Amino acid sequence: MRAQPVLEVRGIRKEFPGVVALDGVDFRLFPGEVHALMGENGAGKSTLIKVLTGVYESDGGEVSLAGQTVRIGGPLEAQQAGISTVYQEVNLCPNLSVAENIFIGREPRRFGLIHWAELRRRAAASVAALDLDIDVTAPLNSHSIAVQQLVAIVRAVDVQAKVLILDEPTSSLDRDEVRQLFTVLRRLRDQGVAILFVSHFLDQIYEICDRLTILRGGRQEGEYLTSELNQTQLVAQMIGGELTGLAELADATRTEPTGTSFLRAEGLGRRGAVEPYDLAIRPGEVVGLAGLLGSGRTEAARLLFGADQSDQGTVKIDGAVTALRSPRSAIGHGIAFCSENRKTEGLVGELTVRENIVLALQAARGWTRPLSRAAQDELAIRWIRALDIRPNNPEALIRNLSGGNQQKVLLARWLITDPKLLILDEPTRGIDIGAKTQIQKLVAKLAGDGMSVLFISAELEEVLRLSHRVGVLRDHRLVAELRNDGTLTPERIMSTIASGATS
Amino acid sequence: MSTDTVLSTLTRRGRGQIPMLVTSVLLVVMFAAGSVSYDGFLSGQVLLNLLIDNAFLLVVAVGMTFVILTGGIDLSVGAMVALSTMISAWLVQLHGWPPLLVIPLVLAIGTGAGLAMGWVIHTFEIQPFIVTLAGMFLARGLCYTISIDSISITDPTYTSMAQTRIPLGELFISPSVLIAVLAVVAAFVVLHYSRFGRNVYALGGSEQSSVLMGLPVSRTKIGVYGVSGFCSALGGVLMTFYMLSGYGLHAVGLELDAIAAVVIGGTLLTGGTGYLLGTVLGVLVLGLIQTVISFQGTLSSWWTRIVIGALLFVFILLQRVLTSRRRT
Repeated sequence: MRAQPVLEVRGIRKEFPGVVALDGVDFRLFPGEVHALMGENGAGKSTLIKVLTGVYESDGGEVSLAGQTVRIGGPLEAQQAGISTVYQEVNLCPNLSVAENIFIGREPRRFGLIHWAELRRRAAASVAALDLDIDVTAPLNSHSIAVQQLVAIVRAVDVQAKVLILDEPTSSLDRDEVRQLFTVLRRLRDQGVAILFVSHFLDQIYEICDRLTILRGGRQEGEYLTSELNQTQLVAQMIGGELTGLAELADATRTEPTGTSFLRAEGLGRRGAVEPYDLAIRPGEVVGLAGLLGSGRTEAARLLFGADQSDQGTVKIDGAVTALRSPRSAIGHGIAFCSENRKTEGLVGELTVRENIVLALQAARGWTRPLSRAAQDELAIRWIRALDIRPNNPEALIRNLSGGNQQKVLLARWLITDPKLLILDEPTRGIDIGAKTQIQKLVAKLAGDGMSVLFISAELEEVLRLSHRVGVLRDHRLVAELRNDGTLTPERIMSTIASGATS
Repeated sequence: MSTDTVLSTLTRRGRGQIPMLVTSVLLVVMFAAGSVSYDGFLSGQVLLNLLIDNAFLLVVAVGMTFVILTGGIDLSVGAMVALSTMISAWLVQLHGWPPLLVIPLVLAIGTGAGLAMGWVIHTFEIQPFIVTLAGMFLARGLCYTISIDSISITDPTYTSMAQTRIPLGELFISPSVLIAVLAVVAAFVVLHYSRFGRNVYALGGSEQSSVLMGLPVSRTKIGVYGVSGFCSALGGVLMTFYMLSGYGLHAVGLELDAIAAVVIGGTLLTGGTGYLLGTVLGVLVLGLIQTVISFQGTLSSWWTRIVIGALLFVFILLQRVLTSRRRT
């Protein structure tokens, strides 16, 4: 073992109501290294960082700094203990000058009053020490995001930081700005600062980091030297071993539907969400979208539903260019969207199963033509039976149903509007295996009846089992479109995700 | 740096001061127009009378500037002014307490009430609008528990404060103007040269960032309402000097004048940007509108309100345009 870790975390645990966000996580950080914290969204990276910076209080385990067990009570205490953090969103005050942002809270004073000349001089010196050329007297918001990010680092380092945590610092920077940032990071590393680096960009991780720790589902999956683990192995570790032993994909070889596309996206994109992509879906076809969580799958789908506005490209429906300005207009064109956040974006927990099922149909009819209660009952009972929703009581409140049954209600709601394209975003996440199989069978049957389906899932074997084609997203870009012709394997999708190349 | 970047930096930096510049130009234009139109308008005393008649508004607006800079609002100030006049009149006139004891007591009550509202706003994370609205009703109501009528003050200390003229060459000001100017200077030093003042700006810039930068957010947030409470109590004392009475109907709507003065002075309602000097200019603009209308003679005093309303619209639109352009 090398020197003593500057920061060591043992068995840290953090619970939120109903969720264990961190479950016995161990983590070490040595002086003079850049260490990556890897994991999908929801793996617990942000929670761990917030525990380290005192934003959250941990429910168990201990944190030690240079061998001393410490309790971090808040951001100020963390800073005083030598842990500084730069967040994804620049957390500085845009209305103050650069110099003031670096020194606020610790301004040099003379006769009890702030000594502005000294403050500016010292700020300029701190900036120059990192070889940066920034006008420290200008207000922060007159500089680009990249420069603001660098100012945040100057501030973080200036408080005598031993540990510097960078949470997604590069997500809004371009290539040159990233290079500038990395130069600064290498300089700090050589000065002995321990740097914890979080990023979704695998290439950047391999460029700058010495070691990495992988989190999955709130647990530590392993700690590796970056040189010991290639990108495919890393992605496999992040996604998990769930795909082993699921080789019974033989029945998935299916004939690809022919004919003209129902929907065709051409160069469709939205700045900051997803880069321009082309995608066509024919009637009766299931197109899967694969990629790590946070790779832009949902963002791509939301553009097709009009939930977000695209800022470039076009959508053609049945060959005609169509502007999907709102979910309402998408629904009008026969597009349905089952959101991944069924609790917050889809279902109304205080309403009954029947009311939730008829919601979309009622909206499509318009409120001036209400469905009669008898028609509502009939629809509800028919779909409860068709999808095997339990309990089979149309008047049960949605929030009392299990996740799988809630998902079925959401499906029923869209299916009674008889959509031509059904977009399913993580329809099987967090539901039991029985309900999962039922939903998969339903999707296959719907496609067999001629419906187009866009199927988004983190589980690759599920995507493979259902899809005719699989679009692979990485870093908000559709990097490949793979034909599911019987030779496609989860491993191949995974290496595509990892390398970003069409294989 | 090339000339281009120097120029663009200068204009970018100057943008926060544009509303203040507009206000200064407006002030000069209004004064010039008044001088041309009306005899006797062009005199130093007319300008000084602006200060004499608006000393209490100036002090209250200074406190309001602190609150608005953090992105908050304090609707209780008018009622606090009235309560301060009422308590002063009640204790001095009806109970014979010495003014030197009553004035510090009133200031302490105002500060305490402000801190209490700030504490509620911060601890329970309630909109400042609602909390200070409640404070406004409470303070206004308390006035009437003392008396529903106006109480005149005949105490010699108060009358001398009302009548003393401090000569300034051939012109004069009142002691209240001196106090108000001192308050402005003190507030300026606090805002620009103390950590508390800078934290006020930081809080207005981004509360979340302030927390993450380890700034004392709770102390600052509660503090600004304390400052505003103190200023409204001091404004109440000055109003007592000016009106020589305590009355529950004093300073009705003063909170809105104070907010208008701060906004016309160029402080953003969203917080983080603004200058104390702007607030002084804002108060002078409001005073000048009144002066012009009284010189005009035939217009009803309600025209003051109409002009202030129109000005507010213009300035809020100006704020909007400037902030939206900054984002791009």
